[in-house]
Amino acid sequence: MKRTQLILLIGIAVCIGVLLSFLKTTSTYDTVETARKKPGQFVHVMAKLDKSSPIQYDALNNPNYLRFAAIDSLGQRMIVEYNNAKPENLEMSDRLVLKGRYSDSVFLCKEIQTKCPSKYKEEEAKGLKHPGSVPLPTTQP
Amino acid sequence: MYIGELSWPGQLGHLAAILSLVASALACFAYAQTVRSNELTLRASWQRIARVGFYLQTISVFTIFFLLLYLIHNHRFEYHYVWKHSSKSLEFKYLLASIWEGQEGSFLLWLLAQGVLGLLLIRTAKGWEAPVMSIVSFAQFCLSTMIIGLSILGWKLGSSPFLLLRDSGVLDGAPALHIDFDASQPLIPNYLEKIQDGNDLNPLLQNYWMVIHPPVLFLGFASTLIPFAFAMGGVITRRYTDWVKPVQPWALFSTAVLGVGIMMGGMWAYESLTFGGYWAWDPVENASLVPWLIGVAGLHTLLIYRHSGQALLSTIVFFVLGFGFILYSTFLTRSGILGETSVHAFTGEGMNLQLLALIAVFMIPSAWFLIRRHREIPQIQTEENISAREFWMYIGSLLFFLSAILIIGQTSLPVFNKIFGTTIAPPEDVEFSYNSVQIYIAIMLALLTGFTYYLKYKQTGMDLFWKRISIPLLITLLLGIGFAWYIGIRYDQKGLGFQTALWIAAICSIFSLIANASYIWIGIKGNLAKSGGAIAHVGFALTLLAIVVTSSNKQVISENNTGFLTPLGKGENPRQNLTLIKDIPSEMGRYKVTYEQDSVHPKKKLWYYKVRFKSNDGKEEFVLYPNAFVNYKGQQGLMANPDAKHYWDHDVFTYVTSLPDPDKKEDTTRFTSKTVMPGDTTFYSKGFITFGQPNLIDSLPVELFGEGGQVVELPVSIHRRTGETATVTLKAAWAKKQWLPLPDTMQAEGMIMQLEEQKKDGSLVVGIKESDTLLKYVTLKAFHYPYIQFLWFGIWLTAAGLLISMRRRMQQWLQANRT
Repeated sequence: MKRTQLILLIGIAVCIGVLLSFLKTTSTYDTVETARKKPGQFVHVMAKLDKSSPIQYDALNNPNYLRFAAIDSLGQRMIVEYNNAKPENLEMSDRLVLKGRYSDSVFLCKEIQTKCPSKYKEEEAKGLKHPGSVPLPTTQP
Repeated sequence: MYIGELSWPGQLGHLAAILSLVASALACFAYAQTVRSNELTLRASWQRIARVGFYLQTISVFTIFFLLLYLIHNHRFEYHYVWKHSSKSLEFKYLLASIWEGQEGSFLLWLLAQGVLGLLLIRTAKGWEAPVMSIVSFAQFCLSTMIIGLSILGWKLGSSPFLLLRDSGVLDGAPALHIDFDASQPLIPNYLEKIQDGNDLNPLLQNYWMVIHPPVLFLGFASTLIPFAFAMGGVITRRYTDWVKPVQPWALFSTAVLGVGIMMGGMWAYESLTFGGYWAWDPVENASLVPWLIGVAGLHTLLIYRHSGQALLSTIVFFVLGFGFILYSTFLTRSGILGETSVHAFTGEGMNLQLLALIAVFMIPSAWFLIRRHREIPQIQTEENISAREFWMYIGSLLFFLSAILIIGQTSLPVFNKIFGTTIAPPEDVEFSYNSVQIYIAIMLALLTGFTYYLKYKQTGMDLFWKRISIPLLITLLLGIGFAWYIGIRYDQKGLGFQTALWIAAICSIFSLIANASYIWIGIKGNLAKSGGAIAHVGFALTLLAIVVTSSNKQVISENNTGFLTPLGKGENPRQNLTLIKDIPSEMGRYKVTYEQDSVHPKKKLWYYKVRFKSNDGKEEFVLYPNAFVNYKGQQGLMANPDAKHYWDHDVFTYVTSLPDPDKKEDTTRFTSKTVMPGDTTFYSKGFITFGQPNLIDSLPVELFGEGGQVVELPVSIHRRTGETATVTLKAAWAKKQWLPLPDTMQAEGMIMQLEEQKKDGSLVVGIKESDTLLKYVTLKAFHYPYIQFLWFGIWLTAAGLLISMRRRMQQWLQANRT
């Protein structure tokens, strides 16, 4: 066997090894309920902003503290705390990917990914109420 | 039947799209016939037909492009693409960006780039024109189907940029635009009058890098087709070896352009996104990096073959996979499969099957040919000498390939989930999951690029090797000590092991930099035309060094250390955001930073915040204008663009993370009353307040104040936590049996105070209201980025080196064909 072929084989073995160990470091997608059951463990929770409770963020007092409520698709609610600035488009997002750990009845979030409705899709569905368009005439033309 | 519609550009556009499809099919077929026919005159006439087909195709694509530009420039919103991606407020350069914002426009850009490269091939490929161009024409055919927009037996083939707004379904839900307010009825004839503006270009893309980055990147994408076409052209025609000369300049070109295209994406991310960096291992970034890495591997095995006759099969495989991964990344980024793992909100346009088919039509035949014919490909069955240059070059190529496979493997997690029905989420620290692996590859590559030039092909005398490399080694030693002394690696969040790896990577990169720069004199005697390779290596080493140093020594300087009254959070993020109240200087790293002013863009809701940085030693002063789209076009929220002060050795970089809502005018906070005695102290959010002795004035005009009128004055000192003190005097009058407090506004504090009551026992009731609507403030995050300029310079240098080599190889090829 040639040296290069041997090295190629070692390379493939290393590749497989690294990818397998990568799979061990991966986390999980959870619901509020399952996240609650494994406190301290890093999880991804897919949820929506609970618009019925207020978003607590006061940049003047502490720009690094955000607290809000999130509801998952099963209707479970949890309080989320995030030690960073409020994500730019938290209110207009239709879905949130919350990455963090559950602890002491709050979800300590490390990272928030806001998923916006694919640009203006919702408006399109409602029919032309997109930004920039004129208000639709209300009387019959 | 509809008033105001301009229909000819759309009809012409559709026609051009069909012509592009037909002409590329014709070119592909005619070129294939050229390859097949043995008779010289027949060959010549087939080739003439093929060329005409290809010219027609290129003209059609240009026609489509200029028609689209015309429509966007004239704001013809009756076209869905124009309506969806542009608006009247856009500057001309951003009209160009609108063309390539969407799926259809970016395929068009790719077609354009491939067309131009095809024209160049017709001029330069000589005896390789027919086989290579038949594959290029086939690729043009496949890409043309992406913008054709036909429905065949219920299957949607491609998506046309000339789709009319009224056919796109967007208007179906708007009864007001239909006759009798009934959405099932046809549209009113003057519906177009009601559509006054388009959806606009995504504000994040309104950045000059978005005008230039996509064309360069797509030129890079398109260029990976050429080495693929040469390699497969060689396999199909069984001319296994003589394609390696003409392919060389193209492989060099492709690596240079794709590399620069990726870098421009990084510059865009750095300058207009707010994750605080140029690279985040986002799937979209990875998808373009992986073909580049494989291309570099192919470039080096090609050289090995030319000098030693080995590694031809590897070269073919790398060129095929390089293009294959371009197609795979097209699928990844456009199919919507990345979903949760990417910050880029991609939505599939319902073309997933067509995108998968695109990979299949190229990769399945390639695999079939390679499996059937790989034994015919010349191979040398000798053991390599470990003192030979080609041996280490081959290992380097394998490392590049390994790096690519690991990156794409990790990136493909969502694809894995889709195929196996699993729900595995990315790890906690995504960036580290890549960095912790790639750092070791970087170390090995730095070492290899450092010493390999000092080896000779076939065999190297060790004495000469050590003699020649001793000088660079010595310089590295000295510079390494200097580096450790002045710069060093500060990043220790991931433990000593990783920090050590970063140190080794930095030192190895310095070695590679010095060794390659020295080689220009030691090995090539300063001949610029021949030093392309060494220059590219210097650039690559500089890039590696800059990546390691900038990422390790990046510092957040906006840490909020003054907030003694604010509760400490429990989470892991340190207090990285700092709120600046207008006109009040705050400490930020070694600067005193003041938010002085804001201004708005004349045409759009883009706000600029003037922030002055003044170093504590007083030697340095500059102003930054981080900006943000605030509540852009009715969308709540802000979209921030950073600003940076560039120095040769570092950047100070800042962006807005939070603002008071400018649309929120109403003040909802109420006065809170506090009962105090003169001399008392009370806290407020930004410091404390001391109350002095009240002063009573009672000789007042009776006609104004009535009988027994009084005015009470209360001096108040406000002590900010930054150390400054302000004094105000609160006033209240007892006039005509009424208590009239005079509210005092302290703009800088965002506070209103009033004297509400003076009690008999001498205590006072003071109302305090703190309100953010009064206050102008901006919350920032700021970074200190060391040596970021070297990163860009390193990549430019790599590209320059590659292009110098490309020029030389192209001249060699053309000269060989002239004689």
